[in-house]
Amino acid sequence: MVGKAHRKTDATAKVTGATRFADDLFLPRMLYAKLLRSPHPHARIVRIDPSRALALAGVKAVLTGKDLPIPFGILPVSQDEHALALDKARFVGDPVAGVAAVSEEIATAALDLIVVEYEPLRPVRDALDAVAHPDPRIHAYGDGGNLHKLINLEFGDVEEAFTAADLVREDLLFFDGNTHLPMEQHAAAADWSADGKLTLWSSTQTPHYVHRALAQVLELAPARIRVIATPNGGAFGGKSDPFSHELVVAKLAMVTGRPVKITLTREEVFYCHRGRHPTLMWVKTGVKRDGSITGMHFKSLLDGGGYGSYGVASTYYTGALQTVTYPVPRYKFQGARAFTSKPPCGPKRGHGTPQPRFALEVHLDKIAEQLGIDPAELRLKHLVPPNSLTANWLRIGTMGLGACIEKVVTGSGWKEKFRKLPDGKGIGLACSSYITGAGLPIYWNPMPHSGVQLKCDRGGGVTVFCGSTEIGQGSDSILAVIVAEVLGLDPFDIAIVTGDTDLTPVDLGSYSSRVTLMTGHAAIQAAERARDVIARHAAQKLGIPPERAAFADARVFDVERPERGLTFGEAVQLAEAVRGAGVGPSPAYSYSACVAEVDVDAATGIVRVPKIWIAHDVGRCINAATVMGQIEGSVYMGLGEALMEEMAYRGNRNVVHKIPSLLEYKSPTTLEMCDVVTYVVEDPDPNGPFGAKECGQGPLLPVPPAVANAVYDAVGVRIDEVPITPEKVFKALRRKAKGEEPRYGPDRFPDILWPEPIRVPPPWEGGDGTATDGGGRARTGKVVAVARETVRGS
Amino acid sequence: MLRLPSFTYLQPGTLQEALAMKADAGPQGMYVAGGTDLYPNMKRRHQEPRIVISLMGIPELRRLEGWTVGTCITLTELSNLPTFQRSYSVVAHAADLVSTPLLRNMGTLGGNLCLDTRCNYYDQTYEWRKAIDFCMKKDGHICWVAPSSPRCWAVSSSDVAPVMVAIGAEYRLVGPSPAAERVVPAARFYHNDGINYLTKQPDEILAAVRLPPPDGWDAVYHKLRRRGSFDFPVLGVAAWVKWEQGAGSREQRRVTEARIVLGGVASWPQEMPEAGAALAGTALEDAAIAAAAEAAYRPAKPLDNTDFDLSWRKQMTRVYVTRALEELRRRR
Repeated sequence: MVGKAHRKTDATAKVTGATRFADDLFLPRMLYAKLLRSPHPHARIVRIDPSRALALAGVKAVLTGKDLPIPFGILPVSQDEHALALDKARFVGDPVAGVAAVSEEIATAALDLIVVEYEPLRPVRDALDAVAHPDPRIHAYGDGGNLHKLINLEFGDVEEAFTAADLVREDLLFFDGNTHLPMEQHAAAADWSADGKLTLWSSTQTPHYVHRALAQVLELAPARIRVIATPNGGAFGGKSDPFSHELVVAKLAMVTGRPVKITLTREEVFYCHRGRHPTLMWVKTGVKRDGSITGMHFKSLLDGGGYGSYGVASTYYTGALQTVTYPVPRYKFQGARAFTSKPPCGPKRGHGTPQPRFALEVHLDKIAEQLGIDPAELRLKHLVPPNSLTANWLRIGTMGLGACIEKVVTGSGWKEKFRKLPDGKGIGLACSSYITGAGLPIYWNPMPHSGVQLKCDRGGGVTVFCGSTEIGQGSDSILAVIVAEVLGLDPFDIAIVTGDTDLTPVDLGSYSSRVTLMTGHAAIQAAERARDVIARHAAQKLGIPPERAAFADARVFDVERPERGLTFGEAVQLAEAVRGAGVGPSPAYSYSACVAEVDVDAATGIVRVPKIWIAHDVGRCINAATVMGQIEGSVYMGLGEALMEEMAYRGNRNVVHKIPSLLEYKSPTTLEMCDVVTYVVEDPDPNGPFGAKECGQGPLLPVPPAVANAVYDAVGVRIDEVPITPEKVFKALRRKAKGEEPRYGPDRFPDILWPEPIRVPPPWEGGDGTATDGGGRARTGKVVAVARETVRGS
Repeated sequence: MLRLPSFTYLQPGTLQEALAMKADAGPQGMYVAGGTDLYPNMKRRHQEPRIVISLMGIPELRRLEGWTVGTCITLTELSNLPTFQRSYSVVAHAADLVSTPLLRNMGTLGGNLCLDTRCNYYDQTYEWRKAIDFCMKKDGHICWVAPSSPRCWAVSSSDVAPVMVAIGAEYRLVGPSPAAERVVPAARFYHNDGINYLTKQPDEILAAVRLPPPDGWDAVYHKLRRRGSFDFPVLGVAAWVKWEQGAGSREQRRVTEARIVLGGVASWPQEMPEAGAALAGTALEDAAIAAAAEAAYRPAKPLDNTDFDLSWRKQMTRVYVTRALEELRRRR
């Protein structure tokens, strides 16, 4: 079962249109909700008068900030959102009022009748603007002015490491923001029963966190709330926060006593955002002549938008994984996240790591060139060893990067092509690593991250109950395949019930590439316990010791005399239902290597990518078809980020989003998608279920830097900024023609007043993972947690 | 979701019926053909007709007679017509480059020729436009692209219109009697004004397009856009030349007359007369092409209201005009 290519259990329903998404729900007497959004990027709300809207025939309720005054936020440290802006609007599109009416048309018309008086405040256009203008503050909390979070971590003395290096290189790079662009817009429907129980259906990746936010903001007992995660038509991290519209429809249902539904417009999805943080990065690395790194200093400045969201975790992530691909014996990371007057950024596929990975892999390409070493060789010669600790105390398990590099180098004909292709054609290589499941939950608790219950039916069927959420990635199928494997059944004999807080045990959600690992372990445990119970009863019936009971082809039989046995259903009748259990975290790191080939039109700067070779160390495939799908999907998304996707705002025009539509927010079509050659590298990791590691996010990471490095190989210009648009390539080519630096990219990293660093010696310098007081300044005690916090969140 | 406002939908069977319905509806009425331009605009409250009169059920508008094409022929049909692929390959090619296959199955020739001008301050929802206090093309007073300008700078974004202007097509318009019917050269159908971009009266119907007979001319269309599908042109180059007949070998043939028309850079398909003049009498030698490209590049004035950076778009004029003329030279 495991490792083969299986049809997804939900595929037929998706293809035939039978799947019921949140917007497909129609409940008797249902009302429709609309949100009034701020037309100001930063403004105090002086007065709201909903009376004219309430007077419109067909309008049943209007809510404003004061109706839902309790703040919320996905992270305990960033409880800075309100369902509806209470005193202040923080970006164009920030929800200010909610209307329920008998039709969507009437609800829309009512929005125009709500009078809101604003007192505009100076908006903050971007992160540099936030550093330069601490006042007026967007939020009253944070690390000073308009800086939300400052991080300063030091794992060994990097300055000393630089003096020991043969070459020290600094680079400045920028990765622009982009968004998830799920096909399905967010939608939610709520029902408030006469018994005082709330049900919310929502296209969410994280029903458990939505459940908690509803309880907190609506002041209801969690037992009175049921959240049902409807199938997601794509999510990619964009449906991981509790959202305004979910809280508002719930409250509207409570106020009106009628079911209420909202379906966001595409434009509103751009305002929900929580996508990639625009990130300015500065990196300084010391290397020996052979390419080995002596030390690295990395700085990142993230443009966070108007709210915290997952931003603190995102900021840590921009500094966390630099050390897990090539040995970095000493490492210093400084990260800052700014509040700006734009939709909030958060977790998008690869959460906080594609940006530093772009910076690092382009930086390494330049270092390789300066040292005269082939960039593939440079990386192969310096791989992090398996089963080791990094300078920042991350524990590496299996490590298949070497095999990945060899696959793509051989497959792409790298050695015959690198620096040898005709002008305008180029090839570039980049690598990456990603986490498999966050080590810590988003809120601190000692409970399992995932629970799975099995119901084995007398008729021979098995139902799996799990709080996980199918977002198109195939998580329901994974549960089916795993349980089928253990119990010797066909995956289609297994019914899957997921994402329903009334029916399913808690799973923290579909984020952080955690589902296969966490739910997979839980499913294995539950299935094995069920198998043991059934085996015991079947063995008794067959008159054999339980160890001789085997499970295959929907039968339980004597392994020594296979013809003697029972059907699975008969065995269940003997044993009846059993309960399974959850499991704790056990992260592992996946690895990817990518080679991109490009055609650059030097007259226009237009870059086309005909082909990408990608190898991914997935530990072990559970469903080979969905692994390939996830890798190719990651390449597609990475290609869009590399070449065109960009959250563009008009800083001089009220900081409006320039292009909040599917037409003008440019994402590749099938015509832009390249051919992909995928290599799946399997090296089972003892921490993964059946040895599996993640594959849904990591393969995105090396794509942008591989394209950038290939552009340099093609036309000799460095584009140190993503997306690599024709304009940027064209400008760099003109600079090259004029004999100027053949580069396009940022030119400065602003001065930021960093807090005193937390100094943690790396493992090989006598550290134990705690901070030394190095100079009497650092905190002690919680530093393992600090280091671990880098892998917290999504 | 973004909803269409409610409206009355009428389906006339003849031109006369359509004209009468429009006369009854007055300013509240609008014609629609494929709807791929109008309906999204109605969702964003750009046009707010209460009565929409469909032209798709009028057989006359779906007819093809010799070199005269009914305007309700879909773009897919236009690009697949065998005669078009041979003699009017430039028309078929331009039609084939519009948007996506699905939208070409609905969108019509007439719709593309009358396409509303586009601007990324205008092609936004009502709520978005409210956040910038609207613009003069709809509900506001200012042009955000050029705030001191008295006019609207929305961009002509049709792929087929520049071709029609370049090849010298004529449009047949039918209006309410007694004026009834008139024929205008394609170039005179358009105004360089983002709001009043057509010389057509609201109650007139663009009924047919008369193509010039294929008598020794050739034309090509090159389109610049971000992606190979979906996108409107940020630059279109329609290049038309009339080759000298008879004398000499094909390779020696000279251009007697030429027209270069740019799409996506002004509120109308912008003819570049100096570029055309630079080609007359030449054999499209490199120097002649370079001179024409330069002449087209200098006056091209893209503004910051479409995809891509405007200075790069201006630079691309030279490249795309050059490439279009090189293609014509190859086809000689």
